[in-house]
Amino acid sequence: MSQAVQHAWADLASLRQHLGAGFVAEETMGSLPVARVRREALRECLRFVKEDPAWRLHQLSDVTVLDAMQLRDNERFDVLYFLHNLVTNRRLVVRAAVPEEDPKVETAVPLWPAANWGEREAYDQYGIVFRGHPNLKRILNHREFVGHPLRRDYDIYKGQWLSEADDLTDELERRHRENPERLADLEEGETMLLNLGPSHPASHGTLRNLVELAGETVLFAIPEIGYLHRGFEKSAETHEYNQVIPYTDRLNYCSAISNNVGYAKAVEALCGISVPERCQYIRVILAELSRIMDHLVCNSANLVDLGALTNYWYLFNLREKIYNLIESVTGARLTNSYTRIGGLWSDLTEDFVPHCRALLKEVEPHVKDTLKLVARNRIFLDRTVGVGAISVDDAIAWGYTGPCLRAAGLEHDLRKNDPYYFYDRFNFDIPSGHQGDTYDRIMVRFEEIRQSVRIVEQALDQLPGGPVKADYPLSVMPDKTQTYGNIEGMVNHFKVVMHGITPPRGEVYDWTEAPNGELGFYIVSDGTMRPYKCKVRPPCFYVYSSFPKLAEGGMVADGIAILGSLNIVAGELDR
Amino acid sequence: MAVKDSRSSSGPQTAGSPGPSRLAHSGPSARVSLTPAGQETSTGLTDAVILTKLDEVVNWGRKNSLWPLPFGTACCAIEFMGVISSVFDLSRFGAELVRFSPRQADLMIVAGTVTYKQAPILKRIYDQMCDPKWVIAMGVCASSGGFYDNYCTLQGIDKIIPVDYYIAGCPPRPEAVLQAVVDLQGRMSSRKADL
Repeated sequence: MSQAVQHAWADLASLRQHLGAGFVAEETMGSLPVARVRREALRECLRFVKEDPAWRLHQLSDVTVLDAMQLRDNERFDVLYFLHNLVTNRRLVVRAAVPEEDPKVETAVPLWPAANWGEREAYDQYGIVFRGHPNLKRILNHREFVGHPLRRDYDIYKGQWLSEADDLTDELERRHRENPERLADLEEGETMLLNLGPSHPASHGTLRNLVELAGETVLFAIPEIGYLHRGFEKSAETHEYNQVIPYTDRLNYCSAISNNVGYAKAVEALCGISVPERCQYIRVILAELSRIMDHLVCNSANLVDLGALTNYWYLFNLREKIYNLIESVTGARLTNSYTRIGGLWSDLTEDFVPHCRALLKEVEPHVKDTLKLVARNRIFLDRTVGVGAISVDDAIAWGYTGPCLRAAGLEHDLRKNDPYYFYDRFNFDIPSGHQGDTYDRIMVRFEEIRQSVRIVEQALDQLPGGPVKADYPLSVMPDKTQTYGNIEGMVNHFKVVMHGITPPRGEVYDWTEAPNGELGFYIVSDGTMRPYKCKVRPPCFYVYSSFPKLAEGGMVADGIAILGSLNIVAGELDR
Repeated sequence: MAVKDSRSSSGPQTAGSPGPSRLAHSGPSARVSLTPAGQETSTGLTDAVILTKLDEVVNWGRKNSLWPLPFGTACCAIEFMGVISSVFDLSRFGAELVRFSPRQADLMIVAGTVTYKQAPILKRIYDQMCDPKWVIAMGVCASSGGFYDNYCTLQGIDKIIPVDYYIAGCPPRPEAVLQAVVDLQGRMSSRKADL
């Protein structure tokens, strides 16, 4: 047992004392402490660990539900809240069993605004009713959908057509009732409704915002998501662990390798596999190159939305160069599927290191050129400074992680605060902003590009030799030399291909610092070759839920600038 | 000698096949002699008049100024960004002026997964485009649902709108998109203009 878990258990004693009969058991999930409570005590438990000075878990990382119908006989569902303190870096999972006949728990929205969308998703996918939730309606599936698709007894192939998109009037009327003062000075018919998206140049694919305008001022903004909900989690349940990797590519498709790494790291934690040093270094190098690519897309598209098209051409040229390098290693430009459970698909090419070094030299001039065009540009400053600002406390409460959180002023980065893969061996800085506005978010990303270059340079210097796959027979595909060289290798290959890998029964929640923030994977194994459940904690999901807060009161054009700077990637948002 | 009626040729034409070049510069086969033999002058009508068919002129114009509407939903949309940016440069084929208003576009490029939730939007936007219009299904998701064979993904956009060209790949390489545009242009020059 690690020290961190022991420490947490000491505190769980105070929680047990506080809840009395409401506390059921202390459990662990990998390295995380878990408090199992009765569902009647769930809300009080969450309030306690949020406000108790010993815990102060001020961020709700994720909400999800486990449908345990094939795992146990009593209560069918578990509702899970993943909590986090970003300063002390302590985490806690709170879970409560919920029976199928009466699937109700009390909402956590008054504690964390981030719970709003998280609980809506749990309702949509599993049918858990959160009492007191302000807006408990479907979020990923469409309004005519019948049933709850992530329940284990829902047939994966049972598609359901939608006749017409939601007009969102129910949410608009609710917002009117909540904020009557915004309409007080306006006469009937003086406002205008405008649909931004889902097919809109600035909606980045599939985001939809219904905005109500007074002149050009946004009175209300109502985001609707789920237009790219393509069933990642359900598909993962019907595929073997290694077969899920291509699906992870398509979560945040701007930086596919980061997702590959996050997923593989979680499954390896579940299986207890430790990967060789060289593999970890290569994962770092390619994940950091992916981070650069992700930030390039985000910033260049954001600048296009602001009318600065030239930067897009400049930055995309650089992106093409990184594509070429990554393609030389992985064989694909965008969707790389490079990792495997326990290692990598293949080692780097022989000439990778010199090519990578040459590429890194080109990054700085591109960033510099772009900044020269925008950093002191009057129009750019007017459009971004002070636009869509958010305070650190609000950002934490809304579940912000990654560049958007750092822009608000908190220097939190899992690579520094909770290092994995030798990030503690590299010398790099965490950029942060002052106001949490659009300007800060853009500038933090540009600075992170530079810091990623530093990390890759150091990783190339330190790159050790050795294998890129762990030596775990029956779990990790052996080298071809082994497969064709001896009988054990061949049997091993046969077993991995035909029977897949079978992690022991158990659960894990594991995280990495993806370009958008904390990318978490909650994976449940029932001992078979397929994940029983695979839930992603998508960083931009919670960021986007705060969009009305950022955009309301500003101009409609500012809303576009804000949206771009949040880097909402639909594949990750809707999964 | 009459200009070749390309409609009679079998199968879709590829770009580079005769057509626009013959219209723009009066090559020998396109020139029609209006004066009796032996009396040609350098300032005759032959240098000023080109005879062709209305269909050909209209098609030539259409195919060289395609205005695509990128209905980008997912990963393929990122590759489409690559297609229109400097390195691959779709403007070399006259189709770089992306329009996000369906009223102004005549080539819809569906780049990415279309879900049941998105399907009514796609249908409406397609209906809003003016005729003549073409649709490219970019990537396997738009073509067939790809490996998202599940409860929320439309199993190919051809379930709700007609598709002129399917591009394989997940996502397709930018060259494959360029090939699709060029192939489609070839096919456009061989159809009746439907004025």
